[in-house]
Amino acid sequence: MEEILNSPYVFPAIATALIIAVFPLVAGYIVLAERKVLADFQVRLGPMRVGPYGFLQPLADAVKLLLKEDIIPAAADTWIFWGAPVLSTFTALTAFAVMPFSDRFYVADVNIGILFILAMSSIGILGLILGGWSSNSKYSLLGALRSAAQMVSYEVPLGFAIVTALMVAQTLSMQGIVQAQYDKGIWIAFSNYGLMLIPTALFIIAGVAETNRAPFDLPEAESEIVAGFHTEYSGFRFALYFLAEYASIFVLCGVAVTVFFGGWLRPFANVGFLEVPLNVIFPILLFLLIGGGCGVGTMRVSQAYEKGIMAVLTLAMLLVAALFAIPAVNVLIIGFFWFLFKVLILIYMFIWFRGTFPRFRYDQLMQLGWRYLIPISMGGLVVNGVVLLLTS
Amino acid sequence: MATQTTFLDTNELVLNMGPQHPSTHGVLRVILKLDGERVLGTECVIGYLHRGVEKIAENRTYQQFAPYVDRMDYVAAVSNGLGYCMAAEVLGGIEVPERAQCVRVILTELNRIASHLLWLGTHALDIGAMTPVFYCFREREEVLKIFEKYCGARLTTHSFRIGGLQYETYDNFEKDCHTFCDWLDKKVDEYEELLTTNRIWVGRTKGVGILDAEACKAYGVTGPVLRAAGVAWDLRKAQPYCGYEKYDFDIPTCQNGDTYDRYIVRMAEFRQSTRIIRQAVDSLPSGPIKGKVSKVFKPPIGEAYVSIEAPKGELGYYIVSDGSVQPYRVRVRPPSFVNLQALDEMCRGALIADVVAIIGTIDIVLGEVDR
Repeated sequence: MEEILNSPYVFPAIATALIIAVFPLVAGYIVLAERKVLADFQVRLGPMRVGPYGFLQPLADAVKLLLKEDIIPAAADTWIFWGAPVLSTFTALTAFAVMPFSDRFYVADVNIGILFILAMSSIGILGLILGGWSSNSKYSLLGALRSAAQMVSYEVPLGFAIVTALMVAQTLSMQGIVQAQYDKGIWIAFSNYGLMLIPTALFIIAGVAETNRAPFDLPEAESEIVAGFHTEYSGFRFALYFLAEYASIFVLCGVAVTVFFGGWLRPFANVGFLEVPLNVIFPILLFLLIGGGCGVGTMRVSQAYEKGIMAVLTLAMLLVAALFAIPAVNVLIIGFFWFLFKVLILIYMFIWFRGTFPRFRYDQLMQLGWRYLIPISMGGLVVNGVVLLLTS
Repeated sequence: MATQTTFLDTNELVLNMGPQHPSTHGVLRVILKLDGERVLGTECVIGYLHRGVEKIAENRTYQQFAPYVDRMDYVAAVSNGLGYCMAAEVLGGIEVPERAQCVRVILTELNRIASHLLWLGTHALDIGAMTPVFYCFREREEVLKIFEKYCGARLTTHSFRIGGLQYETYDNFEKDCHTFCDWLDKKVDEYEELLTTNRIWVGRTKGVGILDAEACKAYGVTGPVLRAAGVAWDLRKAQPYCGYEKYDFDIPTCQNGDTYDRYIVRMAEFRQSTRIIRQAVDSLPSGPIKGKVSKVFKPPIGEAYVSIEAPKGELGYYIVSDGSVQPYRVRVRPPSFVNLQALDEMCRGALIADVVAIIGTIDIVLGEVDR
């Protein structure tokens, strides 16, 4: 038993299983959060029917998608049509392997971590192109071509932004990058006399484009090409594409947080006297607040099962708040807390973009990418490099 | 378009957009000929919503047919009703009382606002801004509430009768109108903040779907599309009806005739409409609401053409009477149908994304195109 536990494969295996098992649910709830946040922007309520305040909506959606008839168009290239969403999901989930959720919780800390994620997201494009191509539908084809052009061109500024950050961090390992920010005492986004803000902003813009989110959601612009590359997909295969999309959003935000915003470090990680306020009081207050909100919700829903669910949620939130009060447990989960907290803020920003901006046109998108973002990202690289050289 | 010089020949793609498409505003079918994403030509296929409204008119009495016209441009039902009633009144030589005319102006302008709100919301949605549509529907709801309080119906109101009005205005009608106008002006500022200077919005609309004044006149295009091309042609000013000459308002125009200018013109029309409503409400005279119309309305033999400035352009009714209780022939000149003709001209050389923007900017309602 001891032997098995001490083997280097046990913890990664458990973590892998956990990610694969839990992430689809997390993705479902990110979708719910997106719908709720958008609804908030748009003076409406969002899903309210399934469960109290629509909390069970993701489950209902998942069940619906799983039970739908599995349609493969007669003219489709069956095997590729079958394999494309699998490829997309596979690559998106594989990228989680090097994601540093906290100082303890990660599957692998490889010395080429960031490269691995970039590689996986590049292969993920193939899933979209193949899916659009094999559907044998004109709308799908147009969507696939758009996504291919878009993702390939926006990977360049994305890459340059990361390279700039790597020059500061001096390592490719995800854990190493976080460690470097701890040693420097400043997040990479703000280092180098604020010059690193250029690649940070570029990374976020290019990242939005890379994940096909509004205002760069041309590959699936519903008002133009219906649903783009996944027009012909339905049921579980569609769910896989959906999962892949939200997984890649999560991964991208995770990379942004790790590379630019200190990963699992708390803000001002080196300032000692902030230890207690930020690592203990802040999370406790936050979860108490959420728990309080759930408690108020418990009072307001009418049906018994809804009351039950809300009460359980309230208790769970209070329990989590209590966990942060126990020093031994706090140490284990605080990194995870900060990582998720920052990722969720970025995801909120993504949703905010979607609620605010109109969509780019294809040629404008290419112009923005090649004419502005790529030169600026190269300029940012050179400027930061020179400043680094002069100050080292 | 450069000619292909290599032996690797590329083919054009023929794409069928609609009738089941999210942004063809109903059941418009557009056949696009594409070179990559660039549009070489378009062809509209219409008639999916054809209900034979004009033929129905020949088998109904004048009064019976009035509710049918509401179903043509159903987002501007009041304007349709106004045009039809005015044509019948001209045919029958009926005088409409002052008060009825004033209420007609108020309701028609409210309807113009509702129609433009729907246009703004769906147009922004087509271009990818998904939030304005919800704000627009929130404001439109207030207009519909006023209609509902006035005549019980919200969308196809049938609020006018030949000779005047069926109902007297309700208590607080004036106050409701004023409150709404004040509120809407602030909201229009909000929309402008969200879109007018938005870089993406400007990029998506400026220079897209240009239709200059000459082309507009050649196609017979009217309404905001014509005014955006710099022609200050508005039937409310050119041949005033319903007492529009009494109100002080401007005709907003622009110069370039592109999608952005059409947006600017319609945004300005919101403000002009509230201006007219305020004046009309303040000057609302008392008196009867219906002229002398016999129960059996039998206009003398003859014909009449009356056109009004509907939210989408010139809406004309041509009625031929054979002296019986039923019209001999009713012909409608719907602005959407006429304006839609210019789609091909506007779309040539544009991208697919522009096509939906252009369909949105013409502001068509298929119920009116197909009738």
